[in-house]
Amino acid sequence: MSITTTRTVVRDETVPARASWSAVVRAGEQLEIIDLHGNQAVDCLLYNAADHTDRYSAQATITAQRNIFLGAGSVLLSESGAALMTVTADEVGNHDTVAGACSQESNTLRYGHHTRHQHACVENFLAEGLKWGLGKRDLVSNINWFMNVPVEADGTLGIVDGLSAPGKTITLRAEIDTLVLVSNCPQINNPCNGFDPTPVRMVVTR
Amino acid sequence: MTTANTTGARDHARAQAAAAIGDGPERPAGVDATNITFAQRIPAGGYANVVLARGTRVRLSDTDGGACAHLLLLRAESPWERLNVADTVKVPWQAYLGAGHPLLSDQGRVLATVLTDASGHHDTLCGPSPAGRQGLRMAGVKQGLEPRDIGPTVSFFRGVRVESDGALTITGGSGAGAAVELLVHLPVTLLVANAEHPLDPTPVTPLDLVAWSAPGDLALSPNSDPEYLRAVENTEQDWHARTLEARA
Repeated sequence: MSITTTRTVVRDETVPARASWSAVVRAGEQLEIIDLHGNQAVDCLLYNAADHTDRYSAQATITAQRNIFLGAGSVLLSESGAALMTVTADEVGNHDTVAGACSQESNTLRYGHHTRHQHACVENFLAEGLKWGLGKRDLVSNINWFMNVPVEADGTLGIVDGLSAPGKTITLRAEIDTLVLVSNCPQINNPCNGFDPTPVRMVVTR
Repeated sequence: MTTANTTGARDHARAQAAAAIGDGPERPAGVDATNITFAQRIPAGGYANVVLARGTRVRLSDTDGGACAHLLLLRAESPWERLNVADTVKVPWQAYLGAGHPLLSDQGRVLATVLTDASGHHDTLCGPSPAGRQGLRMAGVKQGLEPRDIGPTVSFFRGVRVESDGALTITGGSGAGAAVELLVHLPVTLLVANAEHPLDPTPVTPLDLVAWSAPGDLALSPNSDPEYLRAVENTEQDWHARTLEARA
């Protein structure tokens, strides 16, 4: 006898390469992020939907799990220590929450001033956040799903080739109503998305 | 001494300052006392908030070996530009703070550079403990800031190291007398809370914070990495645009 779980699809949307996306995922709902073409970094910020000042804290999350990598079982905490979402399934491993988002400004430091006017994740976050009344002061260190950032013994840290592949997914369950902002990373200067941003699919079910 | 009337209460209050035993921070050797702009001994659980000019040198001292300085820098005249901890580790390709490490803003500029480091036990990954966060919020609100302005922070004098599997190991402090000196490149609001590290419950001891005028240090070259040099270039361009004041 098989047990069939039927979930209702609330949203099923494809985010084009370089684009942003946002939604409130209600408590108990599940968000599946599908790396359609593989090796795509998905920058992600979370906010308590009822109180945007209580937002995702990379540092609190790292502290609570005593590990810098996110993966199955990781509880994504807000600054107040509230659980926003839990990673319920992970086909990849070693998701990053240390290295933050690319910005036009940091790109000038990392790759040179010729990158000044390239599109960047912070711009996506700002544009998407504006729809919810969020501004620059509301941006903090984010999650980079599917991005691999090891720290070597001497502290050297950097973005290296990802561990993802076409169709790989990460699944999150909202513990409270959570506003999710996503930038489907437009970065073209490092291996976070194979130097070629590609679309991802966001599926919310309940 | 009676405090039953206003005269007595006033005399009583005034007598306290006269009788107090000073417990100020040690003044750094070789620094002219007239150049010192800020000096406080911050006890365990304490915090400080101060606006510092470009060209200020800041010395944080772990006098008794148990300090933990949770630090945030915000651009003084435009606090929506603030320390970006992710860029501070990503851009220099280095998670561990040490001499020559820039504390970068989200606008690709250097708010401060670590000039000297006699500790080597610092942390960029874990942020403040709840007590440290509360101290930073209190420090911030006194500068007109809101909780949302208190973003990720760095911690001096309590070390954390990352294992190859991503796990964290605490390495504590380096002992009494360790100090770190920062050079401030742009006017900043410095918020600091002296509170336990979230993974290291070792009791906290006082933190000394001394700042002095050292504009000549802006000509130092503490780091020759191309990323650092571009950050300084961005910083100098912005300062020149705002003030028409060329680099010192």
